[in-house]
Amino acid sequence: MSTETLTPEEAEGQRRARRAKRNTSIGWWVITIVVAVWCLFPVASILATSFKTPGELSNGKFLPDNPSTSNYEEILVGDSQELFLSALWNSIGISIIATLIAVVLATLCAYAIARLDFPGKKIVLTVSLMVSMFPVISLVTPLFNLWRSIGLYDTWPGLIIPYLSLTLPIAIWTLAAFFQQIPWELEQAAQVDGATPLQAFRKVIVPLAAPGVFTTAIIAFFIAWNDFVYGISLTSTEAARPVPAALAFFTGASQFESPTGAISAAAIIVTIPVVLLVMLFQKQIVAGLTSGAVKG
Amino acid sequence: MASITLKNIVKKYDDGFPAVNNVSLDIADGEFVILVGPSGCGKSTLLRMIVGLEDITSGELQINGRRMNEAAPKDRNLAMVFQNYALYPHLTVYENIAFPLRLAKDANGGGSVDEKVQRAAKMLELTEHLDRKPANLSGGQRQRVAMGRAIVREADAFLFDEPLSNLDAKLRGQMRAEIAQLQRSLGVTSVYVTHDQTEAMTLGDRVAVLKKGILQQVASPRELYEQPVNLFVAGFIGSPSMNFLPATITEGSGGTVLSTPIGDIPIPADRAAVAQGKDLVLVGVRPEFFEDATLVDEAKMPKGSVFTAELSHLEWLGHEQYGYIEFEPDEKVRRLLSDLAADMDADELRPQVVTTLSAESRVRPGRPVELWVDTSRIHIFDPESGENLTRDAEAGAELTRMAAEERERELAAARERDAQKA
Ligand SMILES: Nc1ncnc2c1ncn2[C@@H]1O[C@H](COP(=O)(O)OP(=O)(O)OP(=O)(O)O)[C@@H](O)[C@H]1O
Ligand SMILES: [Mg+2]
Repeated sequence: MSTETLTPEEAEGQRRARRAKRNTSIGWWVITIVVAVWCLFPVASILATSFKTPGELSNGKFLPDNPSTSNYEEILVGDSQELFLSALWNSIGISIIATLIAVVLATLCAYAIARLDFPGKKIVLTVSLMVSMFPVISLVTPLFNLWRSIGLYDTWPGLIIPYLSLTLPIAIWTLAAFFQQIPWELEQAAQVDGATPLQAFRKVIVPLAAPGVFTTAIIAFFIAWNDFVYGISLTSTEAARPVPAALAFFTGASQFESPTGAISAAAIIVTIPVVLLVMLFQKQIVAGLTSGAVKG
Repeated sequence: MASITLKNIVKKYDDGFPAVNNVSLDIADGEFVILVGPSGCGKSTLLRMIVGLEDITSGELQINGRRMNEAAPKDRNLAMVFQNYALYPHLTVYENIAFPLRLAKDANGGGSVDEKVQRAAKMLELTEHLDRKPANLSGGQRQRVAMGRAIVREADAFLFDEPLSNLDAKLRGQMRAEIAQLQRSLGVTSVYVTHDQTEAMTLGDRVAVLKKGILQQVASPRELYEQPVNLFVAGFIGSPSMNFLPATITEGSGGTVLSTPIGDIPIPADRAAVAQGKDLVLVGVRPEFFEDATLVDEAKMPKGSVFTAELSHLEWLGHEQYGYIEFEPDEKVRRLLSDLAADMDADELRPQVVTTLSAESRVRPGRPVELWVDTSRIHIFDPESGENLTRDAEAGAELTRMAAEERERELAAARERDAQKA
């Protein structure tokens, strides 16, 4: 559209519409920036701290005077290496396994809830909601005793199992809600189009369900990844201790130095997978992929 | 190309609800059959049984003479346009249309996938939308995609489940014409569910009327309109619908007279003969059988008779006007009429007669007027069984035969056009 062909009134109208649009988008920008600063300031602070030398830690400045990577060296190749790397390995392994199990179980469960009519459907949903509302801290002590007596204390399964109690309910709820939105007639449409039931499931239902499963998996992963209470209570050695718990065991380079720098560096490193995950699967997380399948 | 034969098809749902009851229907190769009936009468169920998405409780379904009851949907080679389109939201328009072809791969002979998709898209004017996702299309475009997915494959028959029900009136008219053309040019057997009168009358070679899972009548639209078998079909087909008047037959001095609440209408004795021995009958008179007596041609006059009535109100529409005559039925008739209305899923049948009069008529409501009614075309129904006592089966069959010949001619013409193009 070229401006020359517009009458002055039209041009004025367009300008006004554009200005109104700009005003609303300015409003949005302001809100976005406020929220972003609010959320990201602590992260930025930790990031800045992670590059400070022990001497600068309490100098009251936000940015380090002469940034150094000594903290990263300390946890990746230095004294705390063993503590950190094994914790990182534990965190990754335990979170992934807990996520996988939760997603597989929750997918089956949510599929049944969305597709089938069976007695006790409501109960399954209610119970899983109740489980997720149970305060974690009240479970820790009995679990500690139980795990010690049956030999699960300080092992991977010893953490994976309680993590499932956190991740399963939310996974079931999200997936059930998601599956209920899938237009299941599509499966029939595919069969009429010449697909076997298996082909219909694979070519139509799986692609539609995938975003929901991805989203759920990421949520479940974060829950497991961020857990601290179970991590610190049910482990005692590097055999199973995850990063959030391990951070508490960092010591400074010498007894008289505070480990703040190392902890910050470790915190930044464990944040990276989270950011990466979100960026990688951003596309999959978008909702509304099923719109347009059926009318109305 | 295929013929579809339903033999005593019964469908009982798991909860015991008999949705379809003993339906037998022969659909010839290349024929366009419409299923109509009020909501919940089993149209979709019947269609879903044909396509294989619903088990058949008893009876036999044959496609091309082969029993197909147990065949999986994919083995029946039928294409269906679902009531809600059921497009694949994660695929582009192109891939939606190509979906059945990709599944069939080599099963479909001749021509590449791309060629076929492009041809279907061109026919449905979807070419410029091929790369878009269904979510971004308008209702009419989605509907065309659904059609494209059905026609792209060389299916033996098309099944349509109220494909136009969600479109606006204009688009519906346009799509109706397109479907009619498409069906004729492809010459594919089609079964089309609708509860739109116009679609039923204009599209179908034959129309099957269902009521509560029971097949009432299968005939050409003309036969249904002119020779309905019973009260239900008579009332269901036509808009505004047929008027039903309680009447007793009396032999007066001037011949046989139907005494109705709106006046005494003399009728030919042979028409009345069928109602011998019945003290009460229902007379079915279509609105257009009435006319302002002063405007009727001399030549036409003797085919009907004139009576005096009072119009309660009048609606002038430009090309014609509706005159309403109200009457007071007795309790028994009132119940009969409201039962009938419930069957047809219509609003309460008001005890009133709708008459279609010429636009130039100067009759005024609230005054006695002379109305002419074409008594040669009225029907007399048995109020108990609902049966049409005056139905002329032969004349009806003739109408349907004519429609069948017409179809043959159109199909032949379409084939010829194709041959010329090729
Ligand atoms: N899955 C089912 N279980 C039990 N009864 C059903 C089921 N599906 C449909 N019915 C019943 O079968 C009858 C026929 O349903 P159907 O969907 O065939 O109606 P229809 O003629 O297509 O109506 P509409 O014009 O409203 O689409 C209805 O009375 C309905 O209640
Ligand atoms: Mg239906």
